[in-house]
Amino acid sequence: MNDILLAVTEAGRMIARLDSALFEIVLLSLRVSLTAVLLASGIGLPLGAAIAVGRFPGRQALIVMLNALMGLPPVVVGLMVYLMLSRAGPLGQFGILFTPSAMIIAQTILIVPIVAALSRQVIEDAWQEYREQLRSLGAGPLTSALTLLWDTRFSLVTIVLAGFGRAAAEVGAVMIVGGNIDGVTRVMTTAIALETSKGDLPIALGLGIILITLVLALNAGAYWIKDAAQRRYG
Amino acid sequence: MLPLVLDQVSFAVSGKTIIDRVSMEITEGPRTIILGPNGAGKSVLMRLCHGLFAPTSGSITWRGAANGRRRQAMVFQRPVMLRRSAVANIVYGLKLAGISPSECELRARDVLDAVGLSGIAEQPARVLSGGEQQRVALARAWALGPEVLFLDEPTANLDPGAAREVESLIGQIRAGGTKIVMTTHNLGQAKRLGDEILFLSQGRLVERTPVDQFFAKPQSAEADAFIRGELPWS
Repeated sequence: MNDILLAVTEAGRMIARLDSALFEIVLLSLRVSLTAVLLASGIGLPLGAAIAVGRFPGRQALIVMLNALMGLPPVVVGLMVYLMLSRAGPLGQFGILFTPSAMIIAQTILIVPIVAALSRQVIEDAWQEYREQLRSLGAGPLTSALTLLWDTRFSLVTIVLAGFGRAAAEVGAVMIVGGNIDGVTRVMTTAIALETSKGDLPIALGLGIILITLVLALNAGAYWIKDAAQRRYG
Repeated sequence: MLPLVLDQVSFAVSGKTIIDRVSMEITEGPRTIILGPNGAGKSVLMRLCHGLFAPTSGSITWRGAANGRRRQAMVFQRPVMLRRSAVANIVYGLKLAGISPSECELRARDVLDAVGLSGIAEQPARVLSGGEQQRVALARAWALGPEVLFLDEPTANLDPGAAREVESLIGQIRAGGTKIVMTTHNLGQAKRLGDEILFLSQGRLVERTPVDQFFAKPQSAEADAFIRGELPWS
């Protein structure tokens, strides 16, 4: 109980004195995870729509695989990206291991399946309702997919947020490909892991509280916008 | 593009015959009502005519102009409104029909005006009442300038007031020179809106009779039983 009280005080103190190291960590966390969720949405949403509307051999296997990949362990993704980007790896020449770019790549891989699998489900449900009407109006598969992406936009916001939550919360992948280098690749989760292992629980918990607060604020904002828009458009 | 000629058309889903060797000709002029008990295949027959389903055997041909797809439209029992304004719903259909964007907007507003809905043009379509949604759906179909309009139980989900408005709109579309082909459960509506009755029973076209004669003196035992509310198959 005492620890938690200390942690809250510590969190408050870190924020109050505008700790520049803390500020940097928070900013990098946001930059990495938001970029990853943006890239993952760019890949995952069209992929989900294509699988929802398309009929092709191996479709069911692909759906099962995407659903399973939602549970991909971050450390395994980190390890795979590490092997690809390390000096001896196929992409070693770019020299981006232990940089924020590597962390973005790892998190993108981690959340593409989440965005694709969940959006596939949402879009396919809408497709059941829309299919005959769209075909009657002469919409082909591409037009149908784009129409459905737009018409399910409110539900897709929630899915993208789930992806962001996953990215912001994971530690395994960014730890391995980022290396938790102070001032370069240290993000909130890796900092929490480090402080915990050093035994400095108040700082670790303080960081945790800030992380949770940020994620909460972002979700609240998105929910509010979504809710207002949904009430307006039905 | 009329007449529409069906020659020995059958339709089966996983071995179960739904439409059984129907041959008929749908000609310009009379308003055609497809009547029959639940499960007789009314909706399926209409979807076959519209081109949403392909027949398992037999042929469906538009004898007039070669390109039948564009000059026919269909309105479903439950109107599918896209998550955008009423006028945007109509523009959507027109765009798919290949109308230039500037003309789409003009035509959409003209049609809404003609059906007396210009007051709700900017309202989100999915929050309109059921009756208004169905009228927007009719307007969306009518805007395409169809030679034939297929209507699948267009008032089945509506209260009597909204149903009357939809019926009067159907009359207006008919007065504009569009051939009406419609399914209904409602015998009163069949009398009001029909010129000829196609009576289906268990996937077969049992009789085709002018509407007055159908209700006064049906030619088949099935139709006779149906009118008297004796449904031996239920």
